Amino acid sequence: MKLQRLRGLIRKEFIQIWRDPSAIAIAFVMPVFLLFLFGYGVSLDARHVPVAVVVDQPSAETSAFIGGLQQSAYFTPQIYGSIQAARQAVMTRRADGILWLRGDFSRQVLQGDTTSIGVFVNGKDANNARILQGYLQGVWQGWLQQRAASAGAALVIPVTGQDRIWFNPALRSRNYLVPGLIAVIMTLIGALLTALVVAREWERGTMEALMASPVTMGEILLGKLIPYFFLGMGGMLLSVALAVWLFAVPLVGSFWVLLLCSSLFLLAALGMGLLISSAAHNQFVAGQIAIIVTFLPAFILSGFIFDIQSMPTAIQVITHIVAARYFVTILQTLFLAGDVWPVILWNSLALALMATFFLGVTLRRSRKRLD
Amino acid sequence: MLARLWALVIKEFLALLRDKKSRFVLIGPPLIQLLVFGYAATFDLNHIPYAVYNQDSGFASRELLGRFQGSPAFQQVAIITHNAQIAPLINNQKVLLVLQIGPNFTRDLLLHHPASVQVIIDGRNSNSATLALNYVNSVILSFDTHWAATHHWGKPPAQLVVRSWFNPNLLSRWFIVPGIVALLTLVVTLLVTGLSVAREREQGTFDQLLVTPLNPLEILLGKALPGFIIGALEGVFIILAGVFWFQVPFIGSILALALGMALFLLAAIGIGLMISSLAVTQQQGLLGVFLFLVPAIILSGFATPIANMPELVQDLTYINPMRYFLVIVRGVFLEGDGFHELWSQYWPLALIALSSMTAAAWLFRHRMQ
Repeated sequence: MKLQRLRGLIRKEFIQIWRDPSAIAIAFVMPVFLLFLFGYGVSLDARHVPVAVVVDQPSAETSAFIGGLQQSAYFTPQIYGSIQAARQAVMTRRADGILWLRGDFSRQVLQGDTTSIGVFVNGKDANNARILQGYLQGVWQGWLQQRAASAGAALVIPVTGQDRIWFNPALRSRNYLVPGLIAVIMTLIGALLTALVVAREWERGTMEALMASPVTMGEILLGKLIPYFFLGMGGMLLSVALAVWLFAVPLVGSFWVLLLCSSLFLLAALGMGLLISSAAHNQFVAGQIAIIVTFLPAFILSGFIFDIQSMPTAIQVITHIVAARYFVTILQTLFLAGDVWPVILWNSLALALMATFFLGVTLRRSRKRLD
Repeated sequence: MLARLWALVIKEFLALLRDKKSRFVLIGPPLIQLLVFGYAATFDLNHIPYAVYNQDSGFASRELLGRFQGSPAFQQVAIITHNAQIAPLINNQKVLLVLQIGPNFTRDLLLHHPASVQVIIDGRNSNSATLALNYVNSVILSFDTHWAATHHWGKPPAQLVVRSWFNPNLLSRWFIVPGIVALLTLVVTLLVTGLSVAREREQGTFDQLLVTPLNPLEILLGKALPGFIIGALEGVFIILAGVFWFQVPFIGSILALALGMALFLLAAIGIGLMISSLAVTQQQGLLGVFLFLVPAIILSGFATPIANMPELVQDLTYINPMRYFLVIVRGVFLEGDGFHELWSQYWPLALIALSSMTAAAWLFRHRMQ
């Protein structure tokens, strides 16, 4: 391997990037586009959920209960005259659930009997329904506490849970989705960058010209890897900047650790792209494969949005070969929890192994052959 | 005219199914996606790993913890005895939450004083944290009800009785699988129609097509029909898989779903043909399909609710055909919807179909000269 030849190759690659800005577009425009789309489009924070409220006989007791609902930012209560009307509202999707204070609510509460408050949620969107149930339970507990406090009586709930939420006290879903997104996006972009440029070299026949020159296959691969590594890191830094300044996600961990882990991950992603291009010698097929093998697995199997531990065991095993899985964990930890070394080191090791594997296999598979 | 059209449709099918690679694209990825999405895409939590830090030696805390051990949603992985042990367990993601019970738990309860359980939870994944807290609360609630009844506590003035309609056990699979019907129908239809004209242009056979007696409208119809047939077949296949393999209930009207699917397919074909007539090469066609698909899926309510998006983005979803079809397919599967309930979804979908088809026809004619 000669440094001078390598330098020549890298120079050539940069000139090519400069002339045909499609690589720059992939590295810088695509992450911004995807980050905006997902950052604003994907959110699991239910706010102002429309809830149909039916009060058969309004009284001081019922308005105390409804008051708790109105104060909460989670709900937009809508009053309906009858349970049939409320049911109709749920059926026509104008409300997500019903809270029903039956006719004898006040009488029974005052007599000291236990009355029941009817809650119906539309379970179609199970996740949303669960969150709604939790919120309503909170309103109910708040009401019980308030009643006990104002009556000077002891609380009638024996045990209550006191939540202490670490790392993300407001449970803002954007704080964990945006770091995960960076991992998903960079998987796609890293693989796409190298897969397309090497395939282009084959398609245009310039690979033949390179092979006829004295450069070795290792030099050719390095000559591709180094320029696109810098380009990819540029896109990466842009994404991190957007996450911190635009989406206001706190970066608790150290920036340098983030930089180091990102380099490891990018090597794995670029290596995957190189491997794809050594199998597919035209841009169309290479691009298609890159999208299929990176984007979807990174989206679904990385723990970015769906919890890995809840998946069936067979699928959990498969997630171990998804590079994004490790990077999602690293990024979520670095952004929200800080430099937690055991998490960072083990996942970095996995990334390093994957990078070595992809680059090693590519080097072995690549021969100076034209078929 | 029908005979000519028929011949063109047959030719399109032959071109699509002739080589191995494009046959695979139509069958392989949708099947894999169906299985992966169906099994992996779930918001339900099970086996939540937790640790116990119990400073109380009484029977009440044991009874409460027993309820956690007995629940399939939780899995106890550690018992700790010091405060300092909490942070490493949570930081290193060994556990999602730690239950901490103070030293006077049983004594307080026996004296009829309220007691509390500290729930220290990892908030890195806020959705899992929210759901896990809900699970914890419901276990505590059932303990409370039992304890209050057996230890002569005053009855609470009101009890919350929660019932969920349409999906009593709140399985997220029932929500995701009908969504996949919409997702894969859209992907397949767009791939078939989005690349069809570009492929002819690239191979130079488009000129040959133009010198045949077929008029432009017939050519367009000949391109649209295969997309419709293949999209419908895949859609039906996934619906059957959803009902028989994933066991999602189907309680609505089949005809109402069929009408929705037909309108959705027309809208998708219109968009596919628009992309197709603009693209000169297959690569551009693929790029166009990708650029349309990703936003269409994200901004449809497939994985996360539209109501959670910023208002401006919510307005944008009104031009997304998948948004309407998702309501239709989920409504028919789970809520038992018929024509009457879905009318508000049909007409926007028809409008999108009509305008995209018109635009495609105009572009097609325009780009030929």
